[in-house]
Amino acid sequence: MQSVSRFLQKSLGRIWLSAVYLFLYIPLFFLMLFSFNSSRQDSVFTGFSTRWYTALMNDSRLVSGFFLSLKVAVITGTLSVILGTFAAFVLVRYSRFRGRSLFSGLVSAPLVMPEVIIGLSLLLLMVAVQRAIGWPERGATTIVIGHTLLGMAYATVVIASRLREMDHMIEEAAMDLGCRPFQVFFLVTLPNILPSLVAAWMLTFTLSFDDVVISEFLSGPGVTTLPQVIFGYARRGVNPSIYAAATLLILTVSTGIIAYSIMTIRTQARREREVRAAVRAELVARS
Amino acid sequence: MNIENWSRLRPGRRWVIGVPFVWLLIFFVVPFLILLRISVTDMGNGVDPFAPVIQAIEGSLHISLKYQNYLSIFEQANDQGVMTVGETIYMLAYLTSVKFALWTTILCLFIGYPFAYFIARARKSIQPALLMLVMLPFWTSFLLRVYAWKGILADQGVLNNFLIWLGVIQEPIQMLYTDVSMLIGMTYVYCPFMILPLYAILVKMDFRLLEAAHDLGASPWNAFWLITVPLSKAGIIAGSMLVFIPCLGEFVIPSLLGGAENIMLGRVVWDEMFSSNNWPRAAALAVVMILFILVPMAVYTHYSAERDTQREA
Repeated sequence: MQSVSRFLQKSLGRIWLSAVYLFLYIPLFFLMLFSFNSSRQDSVFTGFSTRWYTALMNDSRLVSGFFLSLKVAVITGTLSVILGTFAAFVLVRYSRFRGRSLFSGLVSAPLVMPEVIIGLSLLLLMVAVQRAIGWPERGATTIVIGHTLLGMAYATVVIASRLREMDHMIEEAAMDLGCRPFQVFFLVTLPNILPSLVAAWMLTFTLSFDDVVISEFLSGPGVTTLPQVIFGYARRGVNPSIYAAATLLILTVSTGIIAYSIMTIRTQARREREVRAAVRAELVARS
Repeated sequence: MNIENWSRLRPGRRWVIGVPFVWLLIFFVVPFLILLRISVTDMGNGVDPFAPVIQAIEGSLHISLKYQNYLSIFEQANDQGVMTVGETIYMLAYLTSVKFALWTTILCLFIGYPFAYFIARARKSIQPALLMLVMLPFWTSFLLRVYAWKGILADQGVLNNFLIWLGVIQEPIQMLYTDVSMLIGMTYVYCPFMILPLYAILVKMDFRLLEAAHDLGASPWNAFWLITVPLSKAGIIAGSMLVFIPCLGEFVIPSLLGGAENIMLGRVVWDEMFSSNNWPRAAALAVVMILFILVPMAVYTHYSAERDTQREA
């Protein structure tokens, strides 16, 4: 009896997992398949062709949107990681200063604030500032500021969790050995939290590269990011060039993620091997 | 030397706190104050999109705070021209947003809970791979994945053709631009936000408790409701809030998959701002929207604080 129920549970688990994975991946397969369709239809696969990839390369709005998004996302990622490192450091290491609870509230508030409100209120600020001093013109700069506000919050979460796990003893040891505080930071702390900085950069890059709402509020005339161009096309109807763009993106991202996880698994395995070797050496030395 | 004294020694401390603090004040607090200020002003006269709060008229200072923007969210003129609380388009937008956010949360919980549970009970060695498969779509463009559903759910789309081929339906049924397509899109996008916190809780659970319950005569169903669910309460609440809150303000999914009648909050704010050019009302709507979000946020912080104290204890 028990084995029957166990079998049922096991197969139910398999079915449920497969069904949800199917649900999660159907749109990706759809995009990849129909990017190679020979006709504009998105109901029937009429034949294999790469015409939409050619059309994509010749679409100047998509191409210039891509380069703008790339630029914005690289700057956003970098700024977010710098600000996020500062903020994470404050949250984890400075347990008492005036305004700490305000600070921690402010850092995480953009995570739950709807993007529409972030976009709207930043737009109102930009309009007010521009009236007062004639700068900044709405465009790439204002988009970067908006994305970084959100990106910093995400970067802080990622970096702070790594910083919490880190052993303070190493830093104290460095101090005892005569390091100046900034030397401790750059020689000890930074190498230790580096993986989280990379992860935070990739996360904020992706957020920025994908954002529609904040960009829609903060971009100016003639400045459109890739998601804005896609959003505009998507509202009008089917355009398989977008499917082609999506396929390229999916392939890039999955290659990147798979490479990254293989790398981390390898480093982890190596570290474990080293630890085991060290323990063994210690045991041999004692005996 | 404890860590606090140690950190006080640092000379750069002021800068480390100052840089992110000033950034947040300038780009988060100040914009919000401007939003509040504009929400209580009149519409401007052509050149300015909104009127000033303090004005000097005939030698005296006039401070005018206009709360009409807020009233007009909830009130409209009835047949006699008297303002009463009624179903304005704004009220409808709030109700629609709450309705969809609630249904999406329920669907995500229904799909995500068993999913997280089965991953947590899978072999330890394959769990990282299973989780990575959940995260992978999350890293590819959210916009493009929503766009794909548009092609799948269209009248002449893949799903309709497939169902006709199966013989389940004879005529294509309309799925795009309805409640169904909205819910599919929102559940699809926000499901990982439900799965990950649930998994984080469930993987730490001691499954021997279930064996003990079985030995004591509990049916698997009872054991699930009496042991697994209460133990994963924190994950259920965290996941639900992570789905519910962003759903309230969702803008992209309703614009791509929703019907004309499914106007949600984000859309209303957008329209007031850019179509009607009524900045004060857009600001007032945004302020009320923030108030709506404060309630689930308070629930979330309450429970995550509780969880943190439990962890420390």
